[in-house]
Amino acid sequence: MLLTHRSVIASHKKMSFWERLYLPAILGGLRITLKHFFLKKVTIRYPEVKRLFAPVYRGLHVLKRDDNGAERCTACGLCAVACPAEAITMDAAERKPGEEGLYREEKYAAKYEINMLRCIFCGLCEEACPKEAIFLTDRLVPAQYNRPDFIFGKDKLVEPPDARVDISDRQNLGETRC
Amino acid sequence: MEGIAAVLIPFLIEKMVLIVIVFAVTLGIAMYATLAERKFAAFFQDRIGPDRAGPFGLLQPLADGVKFFFKEEMMPSHSDKMLFVLGPCLSMIAACMTAAVVPWGDHILLFGRTIFLQITDLNFGILYLAGVVSIGVYGIMIGGWASNNKFSLLSTIRASSQMISYELAMGLSLVSLTLLTGSLSLRDIVMGQPGGHWNIWVQPLGFLIFLVCSFAEANRVPFDLAECETELIGGYHTEYSSMKLGFYLFAEYINMFIASAVMSTLYFGGFQFPGLHSLGLAPSLVTLLGVAVLFTKIFGFMFFFIWVRWTLPRFRYDQLMRLGWKILVPLSILNMLVTAGVALWFY
Repeated sequence: MLLTHRSVIASHKKMSFWERLYLPAILGGLRITLKHFFLKKVTIRYPEVKRLFAPVYRGLHVLKRDDNGAERCTACGLCAVACPAEAITMDAAERKPGEEGLYREEKYAAKYEINMLRCIFCGLCEEACPKEAIFLTDRLVPAQYNRPDFIFGKDKLVEPPDARVDISDRQNLGETRC
Repeated sequence: MEGIAAVLIPFLIEKMVLIVIVFAVTLGIAMYATLAERKFAAFFQDRIGPDRAGPFGLLQPLADGVKFFFKEEMMPSHSDKMLFVLGPCLSMIAACMTAAVVPWGDHILLFGRTIFLQITDLNFGILYLAGVVSIGVYGIMIGGWASNNKFSLLSTIRASSQMISYELAMGLSLVSLTLLTGSLSLRDIVMGQPGGHWNIWVQPLGFLIFLVCSFAEANRVPFDLAECETELIGGYHTEYSSMKLGFYLFAEYINMFIASAVMSTLYFGGFQFPGLHSLGLAPSLVTLLGVAVLFTKIFGFMFFFIWVRWTLPRFRYDQLMRLGWKILVPLSILNMLVTAGVALWFY
């Protein structure tokens, strides 16, 4: 039975004189390569030009703040439970009076670490989060020299209040999916 | 005594200046041939090639050269030290020596002297050419032997047998050419092809054989069995590093340049082109134009060398030998006999 239509039946017939000359075949090859010489180049000059990410791209995580600049994460641990690679660890702490501007709810994550070497960027943490606190962005995880440097703490994950990370594309994607 | 000095000193100065210019131009072109190879390779593969060093990557050859100089110099402990150093030197010297007999242009009038744009017009120019080209293989052989490495040794065996096989056909095609030109001097051969009366029209088969053999002599794909990155991991220069490796790689590009120059000279009229003398320009200007024409032809051939490299796969060793001995040699003998008959009948 024929599995694909791509199979070719090999023939071992003797080459004709024209084929044995090789020169026509060589000229044909030269013609093909010359055609490619003038074709549009596919290279993207990377640091200057960047290839667009797909809207579904899942890159470096961000821990969002709410509109008042307070951290959304309440350290419920659902993301850590959902994580198939067990890359997320956290320590919860109770909010002290006077810290209302820093943390949105009474409980917050004192320590929140993602091991980027373990993470498989599946996005299940994002789906598990009930507070819309963690999102995967179109940013790349930077390369590091040492393994400990790949464990990203809150200093790298929480978005700075003055430089918010735009995740609206990703949120809209979630709405259309539902 | 003073009379001799008055003639000799300007002559020596003239030749020295010519030698320096030819040497510098040869090296400069070989340098940029490396960039051209990488750029064109990229174009043939739908890429854009090196473009980081300088505008369009034009400083890339300098960066490569600096890198070669700063690399650590390694010498295998079981190698023959003297031969190991001698190999790349020989390759380089043999590659550069060929440029001496190529006529780069007609004569120009400068400081009241008639200066021929050729280092020396040997009356046995073609023989000199064939001789120096065959010295080129010694660089590869000695380098590969001194490396004391099985891959290098295999490579030298291949290189030497390939050189012997293809030099024969090359020599025979040159014989049929000289039967028609009646001279071994390259200047006479160029002068014998005025206007568009190039030798390619009377020796098409001879040119084809010469072209194929040039590829083999310059160790270019599809005849690069001596180098053979995939099988012999670089062949004769496996053990080389730093500028010695640079010399080997550089010699290959010089060979390519010289082979292009020789082919343009022998079969494509050198610095002659149709309508050269009907332009009504000053003689020196015509000469400079002729030099430009010659270099255009040379660059055309060099592009062809690169073009073929990125089109054809490498020959298998037995195919190489079959092509050399069973096809090219009989064909060139046939070509020679026919040429001799025609020459006897009509000239």
